[in-house]
Amino acid sequence: MNSAVIQRTGALFADWMANWGRVVLDGIETVGAMTLFAWKTLRWMVTKRPHPESLWPNLYQVGVLSLPVVALTGTFIGMVLAVQSHFQFSQLGLESRLGAVINMTLVRELGPVLAATMLAGRVGSAMAAELGTMRVTEQIDALDSMGANPIHYLVVPRVLACLFLIPTLTVMADFMGFVGGYGYSVAILGIDEHYYLYNSEQFVEAFDLFAGLFKSFFFGAAIAIVSCYRGFHCRPGAEGVGHAATTSFVISFVLILMLDLFLGILLDSFYYTVWPQGASLF
Amino acid sequence: MMLTDSNADVNEPLLHLQEIRVRFGSYTVLRDLTLEIPRGQTLAIIGESGCGKTVLLKSMIGLVRPEQGKVWFNGLELQHLNEQELTRERIKIGFVFQQAALFDSMTVGQNVAFPLRHHVRMDAAEIPNHVVERLAEVGLPSHVVLKKPVELSGGMRKRVGLARALILDPELVLYDEPTTGLDPIMSDVINELIIRTRSRYTVTSVVVTHDMRTARKVADRIVMLTPVDQLNDGEPQIIFDGPPSELERIQDPRVGQFVRGEAGSRLTEVVH
Repeated sequence: MNSAVIQRTGALFADWMANWGRVVLDGIETVGAMTLFAWKTLRWMVTKRPHPESLWPNLYQVGVLSLPVVALTGTFIGMVLAVQSHFQFSQLGLESRLGAVINMTLVRELGPVLAATMLAGRVGSAMAAELGTMRVTEQIDALDSMGANPIHYLVVPRVLACLFLIPTLTVMADFMGFVGGYGYSVAILGIDEHYYLYNSEQFVEAFDLFAGLFKSFFFGAAIAIVSCYRGFHCRPGAEGVGHAATTSFVISFVLILMLDLFLGILLDSFYYTVWPQGASLF
Repeated sequence: MMLTDSNADVNEPLLHLQEIRVRFGSYTVLRDLTLEIPRGQTLAIIGESGCGKTVLLKSMIGLVRPEQGKVWFNGLELQHLNEQELTRERIKIGFVFQQAALFDSMTVGQNVAFPLRHHVRMDAAEIPNHVVERLAEVGLPSHVVLKKPVELSGGMRKRVGLARALILDPELVLYDEPTTGLDPIMSDVINELIIRTRSRYTVTSVVVTHDMRTARKVADRIVMLTPVDQLNDGEPQIIFDGPPSELERIQDPRVGQFVRGEAGSRLTEVVH
């Protein structure tokens, strides 16, 4: 009996390991497939002009319709930064530096990352759901059958819209974050307006703004490629479309965080190599 | 407005599939299937659900790539064509999808005009006339051009899909379950449109259906597939290939059961 129990336990363990193996293999396969998908999209982007009838609606959806929510996001980020930073800085007698820390954090990190996260939810999920619905109703096959390459017709306009407009929307998030942080700090917390603006100008450099926008460019590409890929490879039925929408957000969000880390390291290394005497808060 | 060339040999079959095999994961849908379709023929492909009829239809146009075997259209092997060449051949084929597959974001007029705008150099002012003409051929009035697909009934969507498939005067028209989900009257309207299309445009047609009335009415030839998991080793997947009149004389009980629509021993699958 002991050997039967051992055998059964061994079999269960082997199955559990095999399941993990399957998950890892599926993950590697998905990364490979997504990379190939991105490569095909890039080839179409550089070899043929997108159709205006598919580009303009996407520019409107991604850009114009996202403005209010991104502006609101930015405003609240700025105000929350003011709330969270004020107590610590006032303990050290450094309230006047609040402008520097709020705006540097905003333009380098929180503005790009939170704006991209908001857009991954709003734009990315919508793209995945729309393309997933087109897949399950055979509209993508219909495009293919009529000689219109689906990647060129559907994916390229969405990627271009995200590449151009997500950095633009990040600028809006940064600006409204500045307005929100300034408004809360000066009007509510009573920070001196002159020193708030003076320190912001002293410590927040053009490179910080560039770094934020540089990252947002990659965030936009990641959101578009992941969302379009999940839509194109959607499982059948309403469940499949819902799954595509949720997984596109989750994967986009994880990629945004990973890209933020690696690009942050890269940009900082570049900055301190070129400008070893770079600005410091203290 | 024919976009076809006249290089093809008219005695050669228009479509030839040789020993094609299609698998999805570990599940084999089509196994070593060989089929030739001569020019001008109307072929009905019948079989029970899951036998691979739609996958076979999509293989004919390259929407599904077989892992083995070859597909020739107009004497050209589809797997060897590059993107441009494949597009050039695909616009000679019209595909009427099961749910019509109209683009939700476009109006009916924009849907029907889509192939024209992408493949034909034509004055933009002339396109609406061609669209209205094709819609009239399928019995739809001109005022539907401004409607969105969601505003149409199932039968109207199918007819718009047919108009879109025919706008470039294709050599081959593929129909995927054209009467599924329609009432008996509308089903017969679609059958009549298939017959009228064949006679007006001299096209080759392949109709995938499980509606025996459609198959008998429109087809010159019927091919019946059976699911791979019901086959014995080495048994071909096509279990009937002949004119509709031969269906009643065939000895294979599977064919007779399908044609007569009898549950028979399959009822035990439901009960248990």
